[in-house]
Amino acid sequence: MIENILFFAFSSLLIFSALMVVALQRPVQCALFLVVCFFAATGLWLLLTAEFLALVLILVYVGAVMTLFLFVVMTLNIDIAALRNKYLKYYLPIGLIITILLAVLLIYVLHVVQLHPSLISSADFSLTHHSNTRQLGDVLYTQYALPFEIAAVILLVAMIAAISLTLSEPIRRKQQSIDDQIKVNPKDRVKLVK
Amino acid sequence: MLNQLTLMIILAPLIAGLIAGIYGKKIGRRGAHCITTLGVAISFVLSLIILRQIFWENNTGSNTNIYTWGISGNFHFYIGFLIDRLSAVMMSIVTFISLAVHIYSIGYMKDDPGYQRFFSYISLFTFAMLMLVTANNFLQLYFGWEGVGLVSYLLIGFWFKRETANFGSLKAFLVNRVGDFGFILGIAGILDYAGTLDLSQIFMIAPHLPPAVLTTVCLLLFIGAMGKSAQMPLHIWLPESMEGPTPISALIHAATMVTAGIYLVSRLSPLYEYSVTALSVILIIGATGALFTGILALVQTDIKRVIAYSTLSQLGYMVAALGVSAYSVGIFHLVTHAFFKALLFLAAGSVIVALHHEQDMRRMGGLKKYMPITYMTFLIGALALSAVPPFAGFFSKDLIIDAVHESHILGSGYAYFCVVLGAFITPLYIFRALFMTFHGEEKFNEETRQHLHESSWVILIPLIILAVPSVFAGYYLIKPLIFDHGFGHSIFVLPQHNVLSKLDFSSAAEMMPDAIKHSYALYISLLGIIAAWLFYRVFPKWPSKMRQNFALIYTVLINKYGFDLFNEKIIMPATRYLSTIFYTVGDLKIVDDTFVDGTGRMVSRISELTRRLQSGHLYHYALMMIVGLLVLLCWMVIG
Amino acid sequence: MSLTAFLIVGAILFGLGMAGIVINRKNIIALLMSIELILLAVNTNFIAFSYYLNDIAGQIFVFFILAIAAAEAAIGLAILMVLFRKHGSINAAAMNALKG
Repeated sequence: MIENILFFAFSSLLIFSALMVVALQRPVQCALFLVVCFFAATGLWLLLTAEFLALVLILVYVGAVMTLFLFVVMTLNIDIAALRNKYLKYYLPIGLIITILLAVLLIYVLHVVQLHPSLISSADFSLTHHSNTRQLGDVLYTQYALPFEIAAVILLVAMIAAISLTLSEPIRRKQQSIDDQIKVNPKDRVKLVK
Repeated sequence: MLNQLTLMIILAPLIAGLIAGIYGKKIGRRGAHCITTLGVAISFVLSLIILRQIFWENNTGSNTNIYTWGISGNFHFYIGFLIDRLSAVMMSIVTFISLAVHIYSIGYMKDDPGYQRFFSYISLFTFAMLMLVTANNFLQLYFGWEGVGLVSYLLIGFWFKRETANFGSLKAFLVNRVGDFGFILGIAGILDYAGTLDLSQIFMIAPHLPPAVLTTVCLLLFIGAMGKSAQMPLHIWLPESMEGPTPISALIHAATMVTAGIYLVSRLSPLYEYSVTALSVILIIGATGALFTGILALVQTDIKRVIAYSTLSQLGYMVAALGVSAYSVGIFHLVTHAFFKALLFLAAGSVIVALHHEQDMRRMGGLKKYMPITYMTFLIGALALSAVPPFAGFFSKDLIIDAVHESHILGSGYAYFCVVLGAFITPLYIFRALFMTFHGEEKFNEETRQHLHESSWVILIPLIILAVPSVFAGYYLIKPLIFDHGFGHSIFVLPQHNVLSKLDFSSAAEMMPDAIKHSYALYISLLGIIAAWLFYRVFPKWPSKMRQNFALIYTVLINKYGFDLFNEKIIMPATRYLSTIFYTVGDLKIVDDTFVDGTGRMVSRISELTRRLQSGHLYHYALMMIVGLLVLLCWMVIG
Repeated sequence: MSLTAFLIVGAILFGLGMAGIVINRKNIIALLMSIELILLAVNTNFIAFSYYLNDIAGQIFVFFILAIAAAEAAIGLAILMVLFRKHGSINAAAMNALKG
């Protein structure tokens, strides 16, 4: 009973925030609503006894990624007036159609696919005796060790990529500026010494 | 053995012709005429050997493929020889006349700059004609057919700097082409229905073909024969072909090429016998040609044209003989005609050379005392042509008239009327030519008279060589060829069409007195000679009076019944118009514009439209991806 | 609180994310955030299935998706920084250098 109430509460919060993220104009507002999304999602995941991941979601996603987003939004000097979307009335219908269509399709699929009866009803919550963290740990470092390492490498690569893209120190700028070379004027370079 | 002989017979003139043609300048005039005459002489001797083998030593001939020319799918094209009585006779005639013409040309073309080229051409012609008569399948026959057409074009236009010669040669080739079109359609029909091009196999299949198909094929093949043998309405090229030198008029347009059509129908007698419709058509066309072209010869003033129309008329006789299923008689007339027509042409050539290339009969006259030998040979030829016994033409032509009389197929009545009337017209025109040329007052100028003398021996010897058979060939050849069923299995006649069985003489000696008693065609010929004598010797004013009184008929005759005008005014502009339409609309518009350029333009336009998809905007690409995903989902859900 | 309900939630989130990509033409940051929404929807799906099928593999997958998503967000923002430096705005409509 109470799970249902919690479920509906978190779901509606999630969906509402998602709607706000998409619809609002200012980037800061979008980012903050996305944070709310993540919190609601955390609640949902906790209902599904995925405690570790739910908390990781907060720590990593909200704590790191969204913070990064907000940093970037603050750093860039965004002209708010220019963000006013004149053509919203044209592509809002498209967006709506797409959303509805997609959702309808996916929901339709669920009716077609025969799910096991035990899944439709409320499930048994005393599935596991171990904690979720322990469960994850058991499998992660044994069966999925290779993907784990690869994920680490990917993160490393991402870090390097991000740094190399945005670093504008002269280290990267060892290149010729052809424009300057062509615009050379003899008067600037040559001086007759009598 | 026969195959090797035939191979040598065919290759000798080819090699000689090629050498004379390619190395003409190196070997000089003497070399050219020596080697080509030698080549044809070899062919002639070997042909006689084959003739002897087949007729006297009872060699049954052979039919073998000696070389596989090509393979296309399941179909094999062979080169092979069919040696039997018919081809042996044809080979002998072709090589004999060719040899005579080679020798004659040594004298006639003495001053011509294209000497070596001429000899090369006539040797090549001999090669092509020999390929034609020895062929055992349609493809080889068609090769020879086209070959003689080509060399005929080259030879008619031999003096290519003359405009009329070029017109004449083109006309000959194009009219021939029309005939060849029918021919190739016929060959295609045979290939389709009989599945083979080999003659002996086709003869076995022929009775089993559906009658409509057989008739159509026979008619189509006869169209080809009409083109080559100058039957109406494809006869228009022969008079214009007189633009070529006289030796080739003798060789090609009297004795050999024009007889290719006759040979074709005789060779295909197993096919034609099963189609009475085709036979009737052949009969009517031949008889019509025999009469009407003969009438045209009455108003010609050029001596060569008279003889040309005479050839047309005699070809009509031969074709008429074929139409009544008297194939052997047709070939027999072909043989005798080859002799006396070549003789007439060469004699005319002798006159022309003596008068320094003067061909108008109105400027000749009284040449009898200057050129006695030429006169004698011309007279012999004229008598042979007029079917006066015992000369050669009598036997063959009389047999034709009798055969047409005996036949009962559709059109035989009309044909009989034509050939009998033709028997009156023939002596009329040829003796008109004789009287105008050799008798009467001399109409040439004094200077020509100074240089007028009998032609050299190189010219006279062929004349004499040809005069002898013109006298004796009919008498001696009729027995082995006709009465003794000389052609045997090479010619096939159904019993119900066999008109010759009713003419049962056993020798020429029997035939002559019977003819003198019963045949009124003989007397009609004599009447013709008397008429010519009256009109041109006794009452020389009559011809011009007749021309004035019958001006309308004269105009029609002078315009050759309007065939040339019809072609000029109707066929040619229509063809030009049609081809203009094909060019401007068909080629330029449809093919070039729509398909070729159009494809390019279509590609441009489509790419212009497609280019808009690459807008460069990230969200458009994302939209495309989403739409694609949706489509995929829909498809998976629904499908 | 059946599986179906969770899947429906995921579907709706996914749709919203996709719509966000299409709608946000003036604002690249919103576009990136829509991508995060999509990833969230997928993650929710995985967790739901993992719970109801009693298989831990789903959560492992989410683990990795989180890692990748973080990496992708970082790089995406770095690219955004460079783009901003070049164009002076974050208007996606102005960035059509790939136009063919």
